[in-house]
Amino acid sequence: MAWINLSALWKIVVFGLIAGAGLPALFAGGLYALSQGPRTRVAGADGTVTDSDALVGGNVVGMVLAAIAFLIVLAAIGWGVYEVYQIGHPAVKK
Amino acid sequence: MSNDTVLVLVVIVALAFDFTNGFHDTGNAMATSIATGALGPRTAVAISGVLNFVGAFLSLAVAATIASGLVASGAVTLTVVAAGLCGGIIWNLVTWLFGIPSSSSHALIGGVIGSTIAAAGGSAVLWHGLVSKVVLPAVLSPVIAALVAAVGTWLLYRITKSLTEGSRKHGFRIGQIGSACMVSLAHGTNDAQKTMGVITLALIANGTLAKGSNAPVWVIVCCAIAISLGTYLGGWRVIRTLGKGLVEIESPQGMAAESASAAIILLSSSFGYSLSTTHVATGSIIGTGLGKKGAEVRWGVAGRMASAWVFTLPSAGLVGAAAYGIAHGIGGTAGVIVIILILAALSGFIFWRSRASKVDHNNVNAEWTGTVAPEDQPVETAAA
Repeated sequence: MAWINLSALWKIVVFGLIAGAGLPALFAGGLYALSQGPRTRVAGADGTVTDSDALVGGNVVGMVLAAIAFLIVLAAIGWGVYEVYQIGHPAVKK
Repeated sequence: MSNDTVLVLVVIVALAFDFTNGFHDTGNAMATSIATGALGPRTAVAISGVLNFVGAFLSLAVAATIASGLVASGAVTLTVVAAGLCGGIIWNLVTWLFGIPSSSSHALIGGVIGSTIAAAGGSAVLWHGLVSKVVLPAVLSPVIAALVAAVGTWLLYRITKSLTEGSRKHGFRIGQIGSACMVSLAHGTNDAQKTMGVITLALIANGTLAKGSNAPVWVIVCCAIAISLGTYLGGWRVIRTLGKGLVEIESPQGMAAESASAAIILLSSSFGYSLSTTHVATGSIIGTGLGKKGAEVRWGVAGRMASAWVFTLPSAGLVGAAAYGIAHGIGGTAGVIVIILILAALSGFIFWRSRASKVDHNNVNAEWTGTVAPEDQPVETAAA
């Protein structure tokens, strides 16, 4: 038995990057898609007019793309948790 | 070999450890959400408690590592387990008092190894298992977590560059709640398992279970309850250090840090690595500071934590060994009862000391002034 299980190590790094950085990036992509389109302008308390902070309602395509992105994130999480359950219960598999 | 009184005591002490594990580690999942205001402090600890409970049932791989991979089961007696647990609990409470997010896992493993060495000598420790499944993951996991979190943070800011400050904050707060929940779940899959492993070890030592058995269902349920109660209580001191002390965190960073932690912990749980969720969470938070231009990591605080990490295994080991010495010196059931009484007295004393500089849900987010307990200020300003 080796001191470092290299195959586990690279899996943790690669899947860690995909799940730990990739999924949030996809979520961010969803936010980006949502935010596209014409912005509502709102007047701040001090009278300056700025872009509204509201995310939803820019355009339909953006909303659909965002919904797809968010669904992929949720599905990936669900699948990941299911995998962990499968691996973590060897007694059940036997 | 069989001694049911001692067995019951050991199970109680193990569950007590699980409880301290819960409140010591709430911060790993929830500190950043609380710091960015994505979740109210009390809502955060409640959600985290429930998800820890669920997570405890999710994977049993780590319990197996603890029960069979670290010490030779032949050398383990109930007294050894009891003494080891005392070491783990005391180190957990001391670090909690100082608000240091040290590893509960290392406290436990250190304690058990210390008492095993005291009882049966160094040859009873499976050094290879210890190094390959505990020490190396401890060194590597925060680095990997920091890398993932730094990449994630960079991507999140890059992708949402065109969003207004307010909409970005709002959007990522929602994402952050989701990722924090995943960390809580992951914590259950890794940390609740450790106590299950120890109780299983005790049951095997007592002859109640056959060698190589899995944790029985009642053990899983009790551990899940103990860790979720502890989590709900909330280790506000540690939450404060992690959420405010290390890096000033915005919600995209919070989400990046938590996603990285959740992914790394869940993956490692699957491989049976009993890594420290604390080390991973800390690595992620530092990584998120590195991934954002202009963010400042308080390396002083980070260094203080890292040194506590290095000391955790040996310190808990020394306490565990000392506890075994006392229990063995007195002998039998009386010996175990005496060390548990000493443990209870010390715990009471530490709790009493903590009251002198209270950190709770009211002042957990107060401006970081270099100390765990915020300086006295009105509750309104502290909660803002």
